[in-house]
Amino acid sequence: MFWESIIIALEGLKANKLRSILTMLGIIIGVGAVIAMVSIGMGVQNKIQNSIASLGSNLLIITPGATSPSGVRLAAGSNTTLTNKDAQAIGRQIEGISAVAPSVSKQYQLVYGNKNWMTTVQGTTPEFVSVRNFNVELGRFFSNQEVDTRTRVAVLGKTTAENLFGAVYPVGQTVRINSAPFIVVGVFEGKGQSAGGMDQDDVVVIPLTTAQERMMGISYIQTISVQAANPESINQVQEEITSLLRSRHKLAKDMPDDFTVRNLAAVMATAEETTNTITLLLGNIAAISLLVGGIGIMNIMLVSVTERTREIGIRKALGATYRNILLQFLIEAIVIGVTGGLMGIGLGIGAAYAISAIAGWNTAISSGSILVAFGFSVAIGLFFGIYPARKAALLDPIDALRYE
Amino acid sequence: MSIVLSNIKKIYQMGDAHVAALAGITLEIFAGEFTSIMGPSGSGKSTLMNILGCLDRPTSGSYMLDGEEVATLKDDELAVTRNKKIGFVFQNFNLLPRMSAQQNVALPLVYAGVMKQERDSMAANALSMVGLADRMYHRPNELSGGQRQRVAIARALVNNPSIIMADEPTGNLDSKSGNEIMEIFTNLNKEGRTIVLVTHEIEIAQYTRRIISFRDGLIMSDEAV
Ligand SMILES: Nc1ncnc2c1ncn2[C@@H]1O[C@H](COP(=O)(O)OP(=O)(O)OP(=O)(O)O)[C@@H](O)[C@H]1O
Ligand SMILES: [Mg+2]
Repeated sequence: MFWESIIIALEGLKANKLRSILTMLGIIIGVGAVIAMVSIGMGVQNKIQNSIASLGSNLLIITPGATSPSGVRLAAGSNTTLTNKDAQAIGRQIEGISAVAPSVSKQYQLVYGNKNWMTTVQGTTPEFVSVRNFNVELGRFFSNQEVDTRTRVAVLGKTTAENLFGAVYPVGQTVRINSAPFIVVGVFEGKGQSAGGMDQDDVVVIPLTTAQERMMGISYIQTISVQAANPESINQVQEEITSLLRSRHKLAKDMPDDFTVRNLAAVMATAEETTNTITLLLGNIAAISLLVGGIGIMNIMLVSVTERTREIGIRKALGATYRNILLQFLIEAIVIGVTGGLMGIGLGIGAAYAISAIAGWNTAISSGSILVAFGFSVAIGLFFGIYPARKAALLDPIDALRYE
Repeated sequence: MSIVLSNIKKIYQMGDAHVAALAGITLEIFAGEFTSIMGPSGSGKSTLMNILGCLDRPTSGSYMLDGEEVATLKDDELAVTRNKKIGFVFQNFNLLPRMSAQQNVALPLVYAGVMKQERDSMAANALSMVGLADRMYHRPNELSGGQRQRVAIARALVNNPSIIMADEPTGNLDSKSGNEIMEIFTNLNKEGRTIVLVTHEIEIAQYTRRIISFRDGLIMSDEAV
């Protein structure tokens, strides 16, 4: 009987092809929109997660100057409270740290042959590589000894290397940074954009002391990057660094910190929360169109029941029970929901690919959103089908037969 | 004994007024009988047929069909009774327009839970009994009025019911087609089927063996032909 009902329902739909397809369109668009929208949201989320992860995991970044109550920090460079000794102290005295890299940075003009390139020059120590998740692709990174001796060596980011050298093999070449000659000893692997949309490969890294003393003429440092050994200890490490630096800077109890320790895991959590909200919002907007599609089903089913009152009367006169008629119309509604849902999944996946191909946005199709959207469309068929189906099944055979 | 009605009443409430479509009908119809019901318009013939056909319930009274009381059955039980025991033929055929003759005839079997293959052969069989073996795959709109009514009769008898009811089965047909239909009913009756039909025409009634006359919801006369 169940299969019979499905066949009867399918025949009913076939008899009114255009109407069935138009009704399905509501569901197709709704499901497609949910899947496409959620895939955009998930794509953004994945991208942010990846770029934050590429910054380095378990990362704490210490910068000089307090975070003022308004959240506005004083201009960079105007704070000189952090020194290389602070960085060394952190490395020596605090447990649960796997690497510490002090750094300074400034924009300089690089010249090689007739090409020049303006980029950020970072002065730092060899631990920078592990803290910030850089990999050396060509050549090598500079050594601690080269830091101690203020050697003029440079490791280039991918973008910088490509712009200055093009097809020339960069390692071993001499490049002028602010007219001082540096020997290129290595080139990093590409890392892509940061969460903020900046090119992380547009950089040159030189020994810290070379940058401080030979280039910038300063003795303080601008950033200390600290990598905690594991994610569980990161909060404790943050607290210990804070109290260590406070005592090193001889800050009285009532004085504010003259430095800021930021935890990238916390930043990441916030970013994730934001993108979750965006995904949810997009999904909800799309779900509303699914609901509208459902109301479309109900509308058409009600029309269909009225139009087929006579048919219902005939079927009842020949022995169809309440359940037979209910099932017939319910299955019709569910078939619209299921078929529309399946086509909507196709549309959604296609749209997600089209969006990433045309607009260049990241999209990530999640099986979760497909399942939810599909389940929803079946449920909508059921929910909006049940009222018209009941209406049909409750018809009195005599009244239905008399219906003109 | 096939049908026993005792003091069947059907009262319609129209605002304040009561309309007694049936004012107390007591009647017995035996298995194998061929009965016609006559009477002026509005005398309650269709009302009685609908009750006999389990499409409707009486306001009061008792209706025993094959020894079972059906006046008090629930909707779904009535549906099953219609499906198993009754074949109904309507004045306006009431075929489903999008289905072939065979599918229309097989419809009661669908609700009886008969398998597709068996259904098709039973429907083909019933169609050949009414002389339409060569029109199985035609849709109703590809058939003449008389042929449509024959499809409807095939549908009424496909389930092998205890009784076949026909409310003015020839009312929409010319006299030639009407006579053909009556030949079919006569043959079915000869095979032992119980048939009750309503008609306005005495020539049609003359095919039957018993004529019941109605007036104002009451039986005026009941005589064998
Ligand atoms: N649903 C209804 N509501 C109110 N009154 C009804 C209803 N159905 C029938 N009647 C009344 O019951 C009476 C009998 O009607 P019925 O249809 O049985 O007549 P009939 O003998 O079949 O007439 P005809 O020969 O014209 O078909 C009529 O007076 C009619 O108005
Ligand atoms: Mg009538």
